[in-house]
Order: sequence, then C-alpha cells, then structure tokens
Amino acid sequence: MTQPLLSVRNLSTRFRTDRGLVRAVDDVSFDVAPGETLAIVGESGSGKSVTALSILRLIPDPPGKIESGEILFEGKDLLKLDDAGIRAIRGDRIAMIFQEPMSSLNPALTVGLQVGEPINLHRKTVWSKALDKAAELLGKVRIPDGKSRLNSYPHQYSGGMRQRVMIAMALACQPKLIIADEPTTALDVTVQAQILALLKELTREANSAMILITHDLGVVARYADRVAVMYGGRIVETAPARPLYKSPRHPYTRGLMASVPRLDGDTGRPLVPIEGQPPDLASLPAGCAFALRCKDATERCHRERPPLVESARHHFSACWYHERLAA
Amino acid sequence: MAKFIGRRLLYLLPVLLAVTLLTFLIASLLPGDLAITLLGDQATPEKVEALRAQMGLDLPIWQRYLLWLWDVLHGDLGRSFRTGETVLAAVADRLPVSLELMVMAEVTALLIAIPLAILCAVKSGSATDRFLTGLAFGKLSLPPFMVAILLIYLFAVSLNLLPATGWIPFAEDPIANLRSFVLPALTLAIAEWPVLMRVLRSDMIATLQEDYIAMAKAKGLRPARILLVHALKPSSLTLVTVTGINIGRLIGGALIVEVIFALPGIGRLLVGAIYARDFIILQGAVLFVAVGFVMVNFVVDMLYAVLDPRIRHGRA
Ligand SMILES: Nc1ncnc2c1ncn2[C@@H]1O[C@H](COP(=O)(O)OP(=O)(O)O)[C@@H](O)[C@H]1O
Ligand code: SF4
Ligand SMILES: [Mg+2]
Repeated sequence: MTQPLLSVRNLSTRFRTDRGLVRAVDDVSFDVAPGETLAIVGESGSGKSVTALSILRLIPDPPGKIESGEILFEGKDLLKLDDAGIRAIRGDRIAMIFQEPMSSLNPALTVGLQVGEPINLHRKTVWSKALDKAAELLGKVRIPDGKSRLNSYPHQYSGGMRQRVMIAMALACQPKLIIADEPTTALDVTVQAQILALLKELTREANSAMILITHDLGVVARYADRVAVMYGGRIVETAPARPLYKSPRHPYTRGLMASVPRLDGDTGRPLVPIEGQPPDLASLPAGCAFALRCKDATERCHRERPPLVESARHHFSACWYHERLAA
Repeated sequence: MAKFIGRRLLYLLPVLLAVTLLTFLIASLLPGDLAITLLGDQATPEKVEALRAQMGLDLPIWQRYLLWLWDVLHGDLGRSFRTGETVLAAVADRLPVSLELMVMAEVTALLIAIPLAILCAVKSGSATDRFLTGLAFGKLSLPPFMVAILLIYLFAVSLNLLPATGWIPFAEDPIANLRSFVLPALTLAIAEWPVLMRVLRSDMIATLQEDYIAMAKAKGLRPARILLVHALKPSSLTLVTVTGINIGRLIGGALIVEVIFALPGIGRLLVGAIYARDFIILQGAVLFVAVGFVMVNFVVDMLYAVLDPRIRHGRA
C-alpha cells in the first residue's frame, strides 16, 4: 500500500455524561490512502460520527474529549496542532459533509456566501472572485443557473438540492479528504442514489479520498474501496469492499448483511434483522461487545475481548472464531 | 409589500384616534385653566370668561375634540395661545433632542447587551455567565429615576466628569452636546440592557447548538466570525422585537429623563404644556409621540423580513 493520506492510530474519544463515562470511540485505528473511499458502517450509536468529528477535532468539549491516539494526516498529527493549525486544515485539506442538509446550512445567510466562504478564507480570494467560484461549484453539483442562485437562501431549496450545496461547499478548496457522514440518510430514497453518484463522481474527478459513513451496506458495495465495520465504539471488521461483501469474517457483519436488501441478485432472500439492542457504551461488557446478540457466542466470548487480527490478506476481524467463519 | 404597508397605515388610524381622545379627556380632568395661567390669578372673572370663549374653552369637550380633529385632518395642528408658537414649530424644535437621546440610549444599551450576551452564551453556565445573568435580573428592580440620581451623584457631583443638567446645541459645540447626553442616555440604557442581554443570550445559546454552527467550524472559520456572522444574525430576531417593543417604553422613559436632566426635548414640552394647561401643545405633542410609537412598531416588522429571509418569502 502507498503511504496513507490519513492514518488514525488508537483513537479513543469519551464523553462524560450523567450515565457515566461513554466510550464512544475506543482504540480505533484505520488508514485512508490518497483517492481511496473508505466506508465506515455500523448501526446508529456505534461511534461513526464521533470518529469523523474526532478527525477534525470537532468534538464538543465538554462533555467530550479525545483521550488518546494519533491522527496523522499527510504525516502531521492533527491532535498536536494549535487552534490556527487545525483551522487551516478544516474546510481546506479535509472537508466535512453532514447528515442533515436541512439544518446544516445557515438559514440567515445566502447560499453564495456559504459556498464562497471557504475559498475566501483559505485561498485568500477576494469576495467577488470567491462568489464567481461558488457559482461555478453550484454548476458542478448540477444546480442550474448558479450565478443567479448565489443570492438565494437555503429555505428556497429542497433537501436534495441542499445536500448538493453542501457538496459544493465541501469541494470548494479541492480537499484531499472528504468526510461524508451519512450524507443521504435524511433524503428521499430516489434522491439518495443521485447524490451518492454525484459525490463519488466529483471526488474521483478531484482525486480526493473519502470517508463515507453510512449504516447501509448496500451503499458500501457500490461506492467503497474498503470498509470498516464499527460496533460498540470499535472496529470489528475491516477489509477491501469485495472480500468483505463476499465473505464477511465477523458475525455482526453477517447480521448486517442479512438485514439489508442486497444489490447483487438473491432478491427473494428474506431480511433478518439483528436481534437485541446495541450495547450501552457507558457500560461495555468485559468480553466481546457483540456477545449478547451473537448466535456463535461461547463462554470465552463473554470473558475475553477478541483483538482485531488479520484473518486473510488485508482482511481483519475481531472475532475469536474468524477462521471458522471463513470456511 | 405595498398591501402590507397599506394595512399597517390603516391600523394606525384607530390607535391615533384613541390616544388623542384619551389625552383630551384626561387633560380636561386636570384642575386649573389656561385663561387663568395667561391672565394671572388677579384677573376678573369676566375677563377670564371672555378669554376662555375666545380660545373655545367654553365649548363642551366633545365639540372641542371634534373641532381639533377637524383642524388636524386639514393639516392644522394649531398654535399655542400662550406663546403663539405653532405646534409644528414647537415639536420640530424639541424632537431632535428627544431622538438624539433615544438613539444614544438604545445604542448604548445594545453596546452593553450584545457583547455581554455573546460572552454569556459562549461560556454558558460558567461563573461569568451566572454573574452577568444575575446582574441582568437584579438590574430590573432599579427604577430609572434612582439610576439617574446615582449617576448624577457619581459622575457629576463626586467625579465632576460630566454635566448633570443642561444642553448645548450640536451645531454650537458637538463635543459638549454629546457630553450632555451621556448621563441621560446611560440612565435609560441601564434600564434597557438587561432584557436585551437576556433574550439575545438565550437565543444565542440555542443557535450555538445548531448543526450549521458545527458546519461553520468544520469549514475552518475563526470563532469571531462564527459568532458574529453565523450565530448573531439568526439569533437576533427576538432581540429586534424586544428592542422595538422597548422603544415604546424608551419613549416614556426619555420623557421622564429629559425632565430630570433638563434636556429641552418633547418630554419637557409635554410637562411644560401640562403645567400651563396648554392643551393645544399637549395634544399636538401626544399625537407626535403616538405616531412615533406606531411607526417604530412598523419598522420592527419590516426588520423581521430583513433578518429572516423565510418571512420575506412568505414561508414563515
Ligand atoms: N455530545 C455528546 N454528548 C454525549 N454523548 C455523546 C455525544 N455525541 C455522541 N455521544 C455518544 O457517543 C456514542 C456514539 O455516537 P455517534 O458517533 O453519534 O454514533 P453513530 O454511529 O450513530 O454516528 C453514542 O452512544 C452517543 O450517546
Ligand atoms: S467473539 Fe464470540 S461473541 Fe464476539 S462475534 Fe465472535 S463469536 Fe460472536
Ligand atoms: Mg451518526
């Protein structure tokens, strides 16, 4: 593998809450190569958003805190930068697309200002030029008539259009990495595919890497190069998309796949939701976090936590019985 | 938009009718008489009666009101029997003083309230926030005249920094003119800032939780820009309303403060007219104040549309 663009090492992020210490992200490590799309999947509450926010140091403190780890981006540890240093990364080298297009655009400011802002800020471009660039970006995300749209406000746009604006905003400074946190979850099913296709096309065109967060494995098969599956604040399986999709080596991943419709044939297969509740991150069990819901759990699983080990080439799994699952 | 403005102006009429009628009634209940004021208390009853008839004071009140209204509708606000000055001239003479006072007071109040509100919102729950919020609640209980006396004592008597009373026209000496407004404006501002601070603080705290603020951070913006551009504008709707509503209160407060600090504004004009039973001036001045009040509310409604584009586009 080439030198990674982003290398997250042993990241742990916690929240102090009334219910106690929430280990939202616990000892998570992964790499993203330049131009690569890494999907992070997992049920809601598994720590995906906190992972994303930790990378740009956007965790609200208090109650949150990045306890330990390294976030190496282009060789620099983002956790060691001063405030001005991390601000220079945000929106310029690494851009973020949030889940809620309806609430992530400022209702009181024009679309032109919001899209032009990163260019004005990071490229030191005068406003008139930044607005020209913003109009161009709106064209790129297929919002017709970009120039005359600059003075419009977000409420004049539909959800899908707003997410296009968010994409334009993220692409403004041609970032090396785009973090898209469930960019289509809040949208109509028909619009979802369009937005994802657009996002994929534009990131490829700009040669940006992407972390695509989703709870939808169907999306992953189509758009990701590699996948990391999160459960209970940890990565439980990670592999290139194809092998992971073909032969998952963790019972949780298998459960996820059985619970979503598959894109590749086999449409008559009944959908089986994973039984039970996601674990409480404030009081994780000593052993495998999935043990209470796992059909294959043994006494050892409840006692000892399985480490993430390389089960096949580039294919890692945190299950005591990963080899048996491969068979 | 034209329809909106038209409706607003229509709504002005009943308000003005009610206010002027009420003033007429209350003024007529006051003991004393303009004729006696003018002639002195040595005048013979015959002379007083003659002057009253000349001024129309012998007519029943409803007739006097209708006559006054008739003249006003024809653009004639009348003139003082006492000084010969027309109402228009008297008001035009005093209005700039009152306006300057109110503008300075409101600006001072906002200059105190906005930074403190932002500070409290950013550090919400901190000791600073609790102290300032506590102060903002406590301040409400001090009436303006008390504040005025304290300020006069502190800045005029003890420190001798600022004039306690008196007024110099701006054209004559701008610095002295502004100095003469500092204490009166501060008196009013001290009554006004707490409520402005409290509404902005709570709106700002809510705004800072919004996704679009997280987005603004993710774009790499500086905290100052996030607060002043991304958070302040969407948080200022209630502030504008309350500022508008308070200008009504401010008009009342200004009238009193003018009297305390001997500023020759509308307030002094009104009080003078009441003492002299100079009803024509009183009516005219009240009419102006009432029009001003309604216009302020009108402007506030328009400002909404500027601050919240959703209202402008009729999708509120
Ligand atoms: N601001 C916060 N305060 C307290 N707990 C939080 C906060 N943000 C996230 N968490 C906790 O972190 C855990 C992971 O959340 P998140 O990363 O948002 O999950 P998801 O995988 O759905 O994106 C959740 O259990 C949540 O309760
Ligand atoms: S370690 Fe045990 S409980 Fe955990 S996933 Fe594997 S089999 Fe299931
Ligand atoms: Mg999330």
